[in-house]
Amino acid sequence: MTPQFFRHGPSLLARLVFFVMLSLVLMAVDARFKYLVEIRQAFSTIIYPLQKLANVPQTIYDGISEVFSSGDLAEENANLKQQHLVDRGQLQQLRALEVENAQLRKLLETAQRVETKAVMAEILRVPHDPFNRKVILDKGSQSGIQPGQVVVDDIGVIGQVTRGYPFVSEVTLITDKDHSVPVQVVRNGLRSVVSGMGKDAMLELRYLAVNTDIQEGDMLVTSGIDGVYPPGLPVAVVSRIERNSTYVFARVTCTPVAGVGHNRQLLILSMLTPVTEIPADAIELEPESRKREKGGVRRTP
Amino acid sequence: MAFAEHPKQEILLPVKRSFIALSLILALLLNLIPLQGLALASWPDFIALTILYWCISQPQRVGISAAFAMGLLMDIGDGSPFGQHALAYTIMAFAALVLHRRLSNFGLAKQAPQIGLILIAGQLIILLTGLLGGSHFPGWDFFLASVTGTLLWPFLSSMLRIPQKPRSDSDAL
Repeated sequence: MTPQFFRHGPSLLARLVFFVMLSLVLMAVDARFKYLVEIRQAFSTIIYPLQKLANVPQTIYDGISEVFSSGDLAEENANLKQQHLVDRGQLQQLRALEVENAQLRKLLETAQRVETKAVMAEILRVPHDPFNRKVILDKGSQSGIQPGQVVVDDIGVIGQVTRGYPFVSEVTLITDKDHSVPVQVVRNGLRSVVSGMGKDAMLELRYLAVNTDIQEGDMLVTSGIDGVYPPGLPVAVVSRIERNSTYVFARVTCTPVAGVGHNRQLLILSMLTPVTEIPADAIELEPESRKREKGGVRRTP
Repeated sequence: MAFAEHPKQEILLPVKRSFIALSLILALLLNLIPLQGLALASWPDFIALTILYWCISQPQRVGISAAFAMGLLMDIGDGSPFGQHALAYTIMAFAALVLHRRLSNFGLAKQAPQIGLILIAGQLIILLTGLLGGSHFPGWDFFLASVTGTLLWPFLSSMLRIPQKPRSDSDAL
């Protein structure tokens, strides 16, 4: 037995039990409630300078490779100019179509299409966490980034901002196992929801009946029904369909079109006009709809 | 006879508090370096290694509370559930504190496999909390970080020992 004056605070076992309990409580609270947002933001501000510093080698490497690749710049410039010309031509057609579309929509008295604004951001780091498909971007609430905004690259949807910190933001990729995107098949307008599987470059369409009209190579774009994703953004291409008549549903696997996981510059979209306005009577009905929701349908983040 | 097998124990200078803090910040920096693919999977957990080293060599200074705080910072850096790394580091620090007398009797190379077991235990805790959260098994290369961490242990601990080396030979006149 140690004499009293040699002791240093609570015993080792007591400290272990205390901190284990504390971390378990923190995990449970973080998973179920939203109380820890401020604490997370405070910690995030502490490690932000370190995150920036840890990125320095990459920045230096990029700078050096840029210097050495200057020989290719003339060629790249020529290619880009050509691409620009082609794009300009298509853009002129698009403008005319946009005006025509707006007029037609006015005639039909349907809602106008959504306008979006894009903010460029760079991936700061990919977390060392095999359970979540997330990336950290270098723009945060200081640049007007809010949770819920959609992140795309030049080809298609990458993911969605799920946590906003002052200087960085956390993006959940569409391949994350908890992430779902409402989509539409371009070929026939079939609506569905594409979900991540927690694996790289793999998505699946769940709950599609065996006899659903879907083919390999079908293009999936966002349907815009959720009010989060603007409609018409390319998401994935159907890569494999397993139809087994012993099961109710077909197994449909898709490949994301965007470079989920190998792009450094991304665009964060913010919508200038809300996609769907909530009708006034829907708010009154909310208590009832909430009761129904408790029945088991889980909301996607 | 038994004592003859022990490695020669050096008498080291006391550790500066600022050096401990600096080493932990550097470890956090190394953990935050952006990597992808296999490099990311095999990148050792420098915070775990540094905390284990200080728990073994300075059990009065660095303990469970420091491990817990570093775990919370790592959780933010990784975007993982708040408390996941904290739990793993807490239990790893406890193991190191319980075993520190035994471990300091071994040379660095012989310590490495025992440290490896603690590292794997820590990764198992992270894996378990991840699986309880509803994730898929990430694949066996998840444990590569423990292997590289074990291999790195002798180098890392001898590097952390450099500032405590006596400047001059105390036997000289």
